[in-house]
Amino acid sequence: MRPPPFSYADPSTVDEALDLLAQHGDDATILAGGQSLVPLLNFRLAQPAVIVDINRIADLAYIERRNGALEIGTLTRQRAVERSAAVSEACPLLGEAVADVGHVQTRNRGTVGGSLAHADPTAEISAAVTALGGSLRLRSASAERTLTPDEFFVSNLMTAIEPGEMLVAVALPVWPAGTATCFNEFSRRQGDFALAGAAAALTFGGDGRIERAGLGLLGVGDRPFDGAAIASELLCGEKPSEAAVQAVAERVQSSVDPLSDIHSPADYRRHLAGVVTRRALQGAIRRGTSG
Amino acid sequence: MDNERNIDVTVNGRSHSANVPARRRLSEFIRDDLGLTGTHVGCEHGVCGTCTVQLDGETVRSCLMFAVQADGAEIMTVEGLADGGALHPIQEAFWQEHGLQCGFCTPGILMTVHEFLLENKGPLEEEIRHALSGNLCRCTGYQNIVKAVETADRLWER
Repeated sequence: MRPPPFSYADPSTVDEALDLLAQHGDDATILAGGQSLVPLLNFRLAQPAVIVDINRIADLAYIERRNGALEIGTLTRQRAVERSAAVSEACPLLGEAVADVGHVQTRNRGTVGGSLAHADPTAEISAAVTALGGSLRLRSASAERTLTPDEFFVSNLMTAIEPGEMLVAVALPVWPAGTATCFNEFSRRQGDFALAGAAAALTFGGDGRIERAGLGLLGVGDRPFDGAAIASELLCGEKPSEAAVQAVAERVQSSVDPLSDIHSPADYRRHLAGVVTRRALQGAIRRGTSG
Repeated sequence: MDNERNIDVTVNGRSHSANVPARRRLSEFIRDDLGLTGTHVGCEHGVCGTCTVQLDGETVRSCLMFAVQADGAEIMTVEGLADGGALHPIQEAFWQEHGLQCGFCTPGILMTVHEFLLENKGPLEEEIRHALSGNLCRCTGYQNIVKAVETADRLWER
């Protein structure tokens, strides 16, 4: 179907974009890569009166090390993240997760901020940001605030972004030397929305014990599941063991609250939550202990 | 703010200037305004891949972009591959290997393979299948498409 008619603006600065958002509030929608919004328009599930296209705001596309974190501008294309040497050096988990987002043709357009703001609970980027303990920076014409993933992701396709606000960047803390990460997801076909997935980050001390653990899951609830507390409790302070990994997988399985949909019943997603948790942790352990 | 815009785009080396409604998708602009019907439209939500074109050298779903967003860009469609009557080596390879049946998905596949082979020489079968995963074909079962990509890799001097 053709998208419904709308008024179109393509500001060249963030301030102009924020002014437009302030002016139109709820009637305005931000268009970034369009890989989620345009399907919604084509199906007429979204009918915004005003579209604020941010693709001409070059300032919003960047990947930079700032204050011990890797900061990524909202308009940064997923393909750019996939190819970025800075990402593979500082946050390889994000690079690995992004490679599983859609297909090359959608990653060429799709953006990091667009995926986060769309808040599909099966989004790979959201799970990686959760696992790494990232922070999300929002701006409006009058204010700026920074949220944790727990504060940002509210529910299925819902975030804490208020009318007039825009997600401008995500910052990922760079984990210390000795950190190994792994992303694992299960989907029926390459590039499909995953049924479940897990992003794991483990920091190993010089004695081989795990000092810090991060874990984020996708597809197992109405928003990313943060498994850091479970993984930390069961893994930290010890050398990695198969039994501990299994214990984390079981605890995650019993803690998540998956939804049933046309793709999978909730029980199967719960089963997969354990499978992908185990695989992601095993992958990180393999990488972190192979010398 | 506008409900329509004047845009300048280069498509297959030819420049075009046109007034388009903001909601006109790039796929519609290419097919209906420019008459380049080689680009096909299937699912209209970015899944099937048949509307794939290249925007400034990168493959994109033309059903998921508005024509106004292509202002100033260089676009290549399937019509841009052949040199007059001479098939592009990728097309030649698809012809030789019978890499198509009904042909509906072929334009998108050719654009995808063009980008993929420019970035990869001598790809493994697994890499080819991965690269093709964003383009659905309901006739062939993909076997001959994979063979065609392998042949194109050999035929295309690049």
